[in-house]
Amino acid sequence: MSLLLDIFSVVAIVAGGFFYLAGTVGLLRFPDAYTRLHALTKADNLGLALVVIGLLPQVGSLLAGLKLLLVWLLVMLSSAAVSQLIARSVRRQEPR
Amino acid sequence: MMVPVVSVVVVALLLWLAVWTVVARDAFLAVAAFVVYGLLLALVWVRLAGVDVALTEAAIGGGLTGALLLGAVGRLRRTEAATTSEGASIATRILAALLALSVTAALMVAVLMLPEPPPSLAPMVVPAMPATGVGNPITGVLLAFRALDTLLEAIVLVIALIGVWSIAPDRAWGGRPGLRYHADPNGILAYLARVLPPLGIVIGIYLFWAGADHPGGKFQGATILAAMWMLVQMAALADAPRTDAASLRAGIVIGPLVFIAVGTLGLWTGGTFLGYPAGWAKPLILTIEIALLPTLVLVLALLMNGPPSRRAVP
Repeated sequence: MSLLLDIFSVVAIVAGGFFYLAGTVGLLRFPDAYTRLHALTKADNLGLALVVIGLLPQVGSLLAGLKLLLVWLLVMLSSAAVSQLIARSVRRQEPR
Repeated sequence: MMVPVVSVVVVALLLWLAVWTVVARDAFLAVAAFVVYGLLLALVWVRLAGVDVALTEAAIGGGLTGALLLGAVGRLRRTEAATTSEGASIATRILAALLALSVTAALMVAVLMLPEPPPSLAPMVVPAMPATGVGNPITGVLLAFRALDTLLEAIVLVIALIGVWSIAPDRAWGGRPGLRYHADPNGILAYLARVLPPLGIVIGIYLFWAGADHPGGKFQGATILAAMWMLVQMAALADAPRTDAASLRAGIVIGPLVFIAVGTLGLWTGGTFLGYPAGWAKPLILTIEIALLPTLVLVLALLMNGPPSRRAVP
């Protein structure tokens, strides 16, 4: 059972790492601010979700698991809000 | 001795970011790199098992200092282009490089010449910890064995705020600091400023309270509380406070005042300034911590606000 959980953790965290990598490639390669933000927010949120899901079976206590989930929610909230703000500020600077 | 690959990568990244911060031509880019540098440095402290230092670095080194520097970048924006195009003379650059290199070299020599084992007071502190009633040795050192340092730190913060306020023009003295923020009341920032503070206040007070026995403490907690207040101000949900309000000024000085009062009490009961009478260490430390919290939150947030700049309304 614990071996299965370990395999699940490794698979989920590696998949999460892949999405982070994909998001970073997008950040470096995409042509403008909007597409870069798009790549970052989507891919990183998914990457973080997979990493958190992968770590959940490994935590010792229920409280630590809840803290992990809280961190995940807070990061999602802030990254979603901040990317909106960045996009809006980019749009304001564009010539119309 | 095997050095893990992760450590090498993190240190290499840290050095690269440090160089980047220095050589960046644009002040905004330099500050952005500095914030990332602070967060990465926090990671290094976690790897060195210095969680208290890591929390402080992330909150104050990366977060608060970064925000203060961003504010400075905003104020310097108009003159920045002129300054960079002017450039420094070769002699100035060589002098600056020499100065920086000699400081680095001196630090390297100091670190490499540390005696083995390095001098430490830790063996003397550990057996004395139970007398303080505090579980986290860092808090114990800050508020029992080196309480005078912490007191002076708090006073320095208040003096720094007085320094910032004293830049204010006469007509704005006592008025509200900074510009009035304007934000869409239905925008995403206002939403964030409504959703995040309840959580942030709980986390800030938790960090403050946990500091007695676990990593954390008043500085880290106060930074988060101050950040929540700034968020609410930036979303234009609340204005900056009037700097002539008596309650505000009382909140700013209460920390050092209570600290000094407890210290003076120690003269009678413990025999020395800041000496805690036996058995009373924990409650007295707690009193000081609770009194310091409003001081720290107010000073950190008001430092962000800057000098009073709007005419005081009678």
